[in-house]
Amino acid sequence: MNFAFLFNNFFELTITGLALGAIYGLVALGYTMVYGVLQLINFAHSEVFMFGTFAVAWVVVFIHGTDSATQGLGPTLGILAIAFVAACLTSAAIAALVERLAYRPLMRRGAPKLIILISAIGMSFTLAEVMGVRDKLAGWFGLQVRLADYVSQARNVYSSPITINPHGLFPIGNYRVTDVDLLIIGSAVAMMVVLDQFVRRTRLGRGIRAVAQDPESAALMGVNSTRIVQATFLIGGVMAGAAATLYMIRIGSTRQNAGFILGVKAFTAAVMGGIGNLRGALLGGLVLGVAENWGSALFGTQWKDVVAFVLLILILLVRPTGILGESLAKARV
Amino acid sequence: MSTSETQPRGRRIPAPPARFQVPWLRTRQARLLMIAIGILLAYALPIVRPPILTTPDSDFGGVLTSMTSYALVAVGLNIVIGYAGLLDLGYVGFYAVGAYTTGVLTAQHWHWPFLLVLPVAIAVTMVTGVILGAPTLRVRGDYLAIVTLGFGEIIRITITNTPWLGGAAGIKDIPAPPSLGPDPVGVDQDGLFQIPHIAWNGLTPLIDNDHKTPFLVFGVLDAVPYYWLLLTVLLIVLVADILIKESRVGRAWEATREDEEAAELMGVPTFRYKLLAFALGAAIGGLAGSMLASGQGGFISPTSFLLLYSLLFVAAVIIGGAGNRCGAIVGGALVAYLPERFRGLSDWRLLIFGIALMVIVTFRPQGLLPPRRTRRAMKVEAEIEELEGEGVDA
Amino acid sequence: MGTKHNLRILAAVSAAGLALTACGSTGSSNSSASSSSDCVSGQTIAFLGATTGPNGALGQNMVGGIKLALDDYNKAHSDCTVAFKPFDSQGDPDQATTLATQIVGDDSIIGLVGPGFSGESLSTGKTFSAAGLPSISPSATNVTITQQGWPTWHRVIGNDSAQGAAVATYLKDTAKAKKVFVVSDDSDYGKGLAGYVKSGLGSLVAGTDSVATGQTDFSATVTAVKSSGADAMFYGGYYSEAGLLAKQLRQAGYKGLFMSGDGSEDAQFVKIAGADAAEGAILTAPAGPAPADFDAKYQAVNSSPSGLYSTQSFDATNIFLAGIDAGKTDHADMNDFIGAYTGTGVSGPIAFDENGDIKQSAIFAYKVANGKLDTENPTPIK
Repeated sequence: MNFAFLFNNFFELTITGLALGAIYGLVALGYTMVYGVLQLINFAHSEVFMFGTFAVAWVVVFIHGTDSATQGLGPTLGILAIAFVAACLTSAAIAALVERLAYRPLMRRGAPKLIILISAIGMSFTLAEVMGVRDKLAGWFGLQVRLADYVSQARNVYSSPITINPHGLFPIGNYRVTDVDLLIIGSAVAMMVVLDQFVRRTRLGRGIRAVAQDPESAALMGVNSTRIVQATFLIGGVMAGAAATLYMIRIGSTRQNAGFILGVKAFTAAVMGGIGNLRGALLGGLVLGVAENWGSALFGTQWKDVVAFVLLILILLVRPTGILGESLAKARV
Repeated sequence: MSTSETQPRGRRIPAPPARFQVPWLRTRQARLLMIAIGILLAYALPIVRPPILTTPDSDFGGVLTSMTSYALVAVGLNIVIGYAGLLDLGYVGFYAVGAYTTGVLTAQHWHWPFLLVLPVAIAVTMVTGVILGAPTLRVRGDYLAIVTLGFGEIIRITITNTPWLGGAAGIKDIPAPPSLGPDPVGVDQDGLFQIPHIAWNGLTPLIDNDHKTPFLVFGVLDAVPYYWLLLTVLLIVLVADILIKESRVGRAWEATREDEEAAELMGVPTFRYKLLAFALGAAIGGLAGSMLASGQGGFISPTSFLLLYSLLFVAAVIIGGAGNRCGAIVGGALVAYLPERFRGLSDWRLLIFGIALMVIVTFRPQGLLPPRRTRRAMKVEAEIEELEGEGVDA
Repeated sequence: MGTKHNLRILAAVSAAGLALTACGSTGSSNSSASSSSDCVSGQTIAFLGATTGPNGALGQNMVGGIKLALDDYNKAHSDCTVAFKPFDSQGDPDQATTLATQIVGDDSIIGLVGPGFSGESLSTGKTFSAAGLPSISPSATNVTITQQGWPTWHRVIGNDSAQGAAVATYLKDTAKAKKVFVVSDDSDYGKGLAGYVKSGLGSLVAGTDSVATGQTDFSATVTAVKSSGADAMFYGGYYSEAGLLAKQLRQAGYKGLFMSGDGSEDAQFVKIAGADAAEGAILTAPAGPAPADFDAKYQAVNSSPSGLYSTQSFDATNIFLAGIDAGKTDHADMNDFIGAYTGTGVSGPIAFDENGDIKQSAIFAYKVANGKLDTENPTPIK
């Protein structure tokens, strides 16, 4: 166990871990919201995120072209703002599609939860594969050459041509915190606060909480549960779109199965923080990100996933409902 | 019938009239005969190679082996998900423990004979199941999913990073089960006798003397003996499954699954029975893993035990009908068969598979072969709907 | 009524049984005579590897190389064409085993280009060897494969030990590195290669780490490399992770040399890392530079640019085609032909030793300069 390494680089490992965890947390919000309202694990949420990352990359290619360029965060903000909007719209659209195709038909029939889970898994495979055969799909419409920059080599990694170089801003310990770190962590916290307020104060938010608490009573009180469920998925999608933008700023590349691993981590984070709890989702994400880095430092990066899962099990043994425990249904969200 | 009541005592009661007799087909004898014929046909499949069922782009014997392996795993997972109602997303971990125990004991570090290693692998996997279950089964139902997923990954990552277990390179040269027959001349033995395959010319069967399966040789060129062995193992496990399900253990599982608190109140030690379900499921997973390791390739590596397979196994059980052992077999066989049958579609295979999952589940949410309780529940619901509908109309 | 039903079923079963016995048997299915005097029609070359799934891109590169070679050959031999049958194993050793049985049962297949990965090679080697089907792998580099005693298994690519030793030599002699940090991924290839580099470097190794394929955030590894004070680092693995690692290293301020092996020697590496971060990176490969028009010809036949292992599979296919030209029509003859083959392919000189390894494995160092991977002027490593 390499304590010296962890000690000497504590701030670097922690802050980069927080940045990674912030992205986990934003994706976890989607999982936690759907679980809070429907008590279902949304297996297809990982693909909602993945489509968002492609939207960001495609917007950058569309505006900037395919030449490689390295820029700081400042000059790129314009393109990034447009990409952010595109990603949120795309992810929200895919989330709505998931709800319409994979969930609604089965929920209407009152199908058991396990069946809906399989439908979500099937949707997840389908969406990932659609991205993986996009060159052939484009070929059907004769657009394979026109859209070559966007669809060729469909199973390969797809990179954004603009590399965003982080700029060191101020030191904490022996690590210079960069503008990208601040942007990611700040955005995640900001989006969580916005969502928090939304669920607490708006009518739609109250509706979400009502359905989460007791769907039948909510229906009796005039809440349209179909609308609520749609809204839940859409909001989760928007959060995933934001996460996708931040992910592309930090990592810069994506592929058709990029969502899968991240989805598992994000779901782990949601459970760690208390599934159904919005603040718990972000907290769980941050804890997971930091734990992965500390675990990598202590045991070597090959064991980081083992560390993450062992941590999850320990947390659940000590606090069976997750760190923050309470669910979306309770007033204190 | 009034006439029989007035008969004096001691007189034999006449047989009921023809319209009340059970048709022979419905009798137990007939059913057993059908099952026996069905089993014989199953054994004959890789020899007969019926035209539509055969996979054109992939060896049919190998595909059948893979189907039976998945079916066996599905039967084991059915105990955990279907009978006991526990969502296990890390079942591939048990598969791996069984396979690696076999690999380590027969090839990597020791050279024990296969027949000795098989029970050891099952026992080790069962112990793993208990170790895994003891802390996690106390966790709430839906959390169990992510914890079991985590365990599956922990096992895979540990294997990848432990050179003693072969690491990323895997374990090779795992010996196959012992063959019957004279000593080998050349690479594979000749076996006790050779069984020629059937080739089809349109709808005319022809005996294909070029492709023969030696009986009973576990070699490297023919997958069929492995299939027969796996099928036999599956049948034995099925019988055991029937015995357990019909016993008080099965009833305890049903009670636990339907309403855990009520079961506890009635004195069922639910935790112990859940742990038993886990352990038995693990044992079957370990058995399947052991058969995989000593399969035709004689090679195992961590890439055979990805999280993806856990999800496929769960999909297999649920599509087949969770809680119904035949449903689990059908589900497992289908999940293994469909991608292989439609290999011609190569790049589109997985996309079609994903769509097929959604379609099957949407149009038949109870699964292909739902268990009796689900069928009963659905019938009752349909009756109630009818009655309520009539009430509204009238 | 029950009895009638029962009789019907018994009748059906016995009819089926009788039908099966009242049939003939097939003759030898190797009916390959044709009008041309020395053309055996219907010869097929097979490919076994991952064309879909997470490593699908690599398999598609290999298929592209095979198709290019076959296209050239079939244009020149339009009366006696050779067919192609790809078998997609998704890199999974278990799927590969079933496909291997299928391949050896198909009498039209004269040879196999593949298997693509080391895992599948190990699980199918015995089957191909027992059937006598010759195979030439363009990409499986695990050293132990050629130690199994399979006379039909060959590879046109240098194995990990050769490449690892060359990398260590380069780092010591050319780069004059004082401290080297070695990172590998969790694949058999990556761990194997990194292991040989480590043993070649000995005491120069300043630290090691191991990441996972599919990982995208390497902050812990980056911190480790920086804090070890290494002036050079080597990554054993593929271009997806290599590119991201290089990018994150440069962004964190690492100024030393970034080096990786043939798994990263692909234009995608530069795209993923970004031109700035990839600048100055050294990527080794056991293959010499391909002729300048290879990519253009490749793109004309397939509709995407060539990539890693395209040249190797092109060469492997051409060896089989040369064998067909020389009239080798059965497996044993073809295998002998391959064993005795010497020639020069687009990846370099090719001749096989008695284990199936390529004899001369000259390792070349390719440099990334000015935003491009320079595939034309690599430095050979002695």
